[in-house]
Amino acid sequence: MYVAVKGGERAIENAHRLLAHERRGDRDVPDLSLAQIAEQLSLGVDRVMTEGSLYDRELAALAIKQARGDMIEAIFLVRAFRATLPRFGATEPVNTGEMQVRRRISSTFKDIPGGQILGPTFDYTHRLLDPQLAEGFVPEQPATSEASQAATPRVTDILGRDGLIETSPQAEADAPVGDLTREPLNFPADRDLRLQNLARADEGFLLALGYSTQRGYGRNHPFAGEIRFGEVEVEFFAEDAGFAVPLGAIALTECQMVNQFKGSATEAPCFTRGYGLAFGQSERKTMSMALVDRSLRARELDEEVTAPAQDEEFVMSHSDNVQATGFVEHLKLPHYVDFQSELGLLRKLRQEFAEANEAPELQEAAE
Amino acid sequence: MDSMVRNSKEAQRKAAMAVLAHSGATEIAGRLADITVPAHENLREPENGLVMVRGRIGGDGAPFNLGEATVSRAAVRLATGEVGFGYTLGRDIQKAQMIALCDAMVQSAELVGEVEAKVIAPLRAVMIAERSRKAEETAATRVDFYTMVRGEG
Repeated sequence: MYVAVKGGERAIENAHRLLAHERRGDRDVPDLSLAQIAEQLSLGVDRVMTEGSLYDRELAALAIKQARGDMIEAIFLVRAFRATLPRFGATEPVNTGEMQVRRRISSTFKDIPGGQILGPTFDYTHRLLDPQLAEGFVPEQPATSEASQAATPRVTDILGRDGLIETSPQAEADAPVGDLTREPLNFPADRDLRLQNLARADEGFLLALGYSTQRGYGRNHPFAGEIRFGEVEVEFFAEDAGFAVPLGAIALTECQMVNQFKGSATEAPCFTRGYGLAFGQSERKTMSMALVDRSLRARELDEEVTAPAQDEEFVMSHSDNVQATGFVEHLKLPHYVDFQSELGLLRKLRQEFAEANEAPELQEAAE
Repeated sequence: MDSMVRNSKEAQRKAAMAVLAHSGATEIAGRLADITVPAHENLREPENGLVMVRGRIGGDGAPFNLGEATVSRAAVRLATGEVGFGYTLGRDIQKAQMIALCDAMVQSAELVGEVEAKVIAPLRAVMIAERSRKAEETAATRVDFYTMVRGEG
């Protein structure tokens, strides 16, 4: 039987009008500006840019405002927006070694060239709610001291000089780079595609998977070799200009996880690594990403695949919160016809059951 | 020799573009107001688009696609023939237009001195000051380890 689902237009229109009203909240309270969101909820903006896979602070702030602070809804809005613009091409790969570092720590070496730089961090705060913030608190100006001219090489580069850590996989200069926004995913997937998938993956999902590896589900003995956050320059080879033009700088967080060593009959043992990179200051995200990147290398490193975090099809097929929310939330859309047929079938089965058992009271209950 | 001249010109254009891309549209417009802008036409209407930002596996390995960024671009031609290109992160097409205009002026032997002195140099000074301020704030959070000596050795 076909059940027409019509007549909802006015209800939908009024529901959206009510949503807009609720979004605004008490109209006696000042409206939030995008600048307020971008400046004061900046880590939320970073997350929406990272998982929305679009670097644009103002758009991410708008998405957060429109989504009433629902991050996954905001990420969805940003993903939908990116589909409206043409892509001019791909940038030159960014050089995180030349980052203008705002934070840079290593849990493996105390004395790293360039030093341990804490930067703006929640680490070592006491996690006590601060009532001062409720009343227009004006913080002190930051302390300053003489800036060092010393380079801040990646910790993995330092380990690499002695051959103690595996080198990063290299590619031919013109080798194609996998892009899951252009081609459907196939398994097994190469590491470039895995990293792209993890970079836009849901932070909570990666956090849980990363945590699971620490608790023994695909253990790989990680150390946070280095975490750095700061600004990197972006260049784009412009066909019309004929050279790589500077586009400005973006903020990035990078995590180099150093993991238990690996060797073979022909190769001396060395540390292995997992890598995390994300827009903005996204430390938890990049740490989780690096743990999962490493665990997904199980096959390549001849490790037994026993845990969810080592199963690339499982991880990559469930990491995207826009896809996940689409499929979970579609359950609330009208399924009247599907359900009607299930109901019809169930009634028939119950009737057959009742007849077979000669239990008339069951048949009544089914009506 | 020819290629050296071209490379140094390209380096100068890139350096100017980098300063402009780092500067705010309002600041660029303010500096441009101080000079006589030459007659020009749009070679490419300013437009918004995306670039796919690439990182490298492990920071120094094979490239991978990290995520996209919004960009704006424009191209202008001066009445004297120089063609300038403007590219910048973000969706401000006026900014891309001004960068293209400056890039064209940097290529003009008559205009390069003025645009460097009155537009690029002051914006560069602001950019460097801003970088230094951040670097000094960051430097104050550097950990100075010291070793506590206990007992008499």
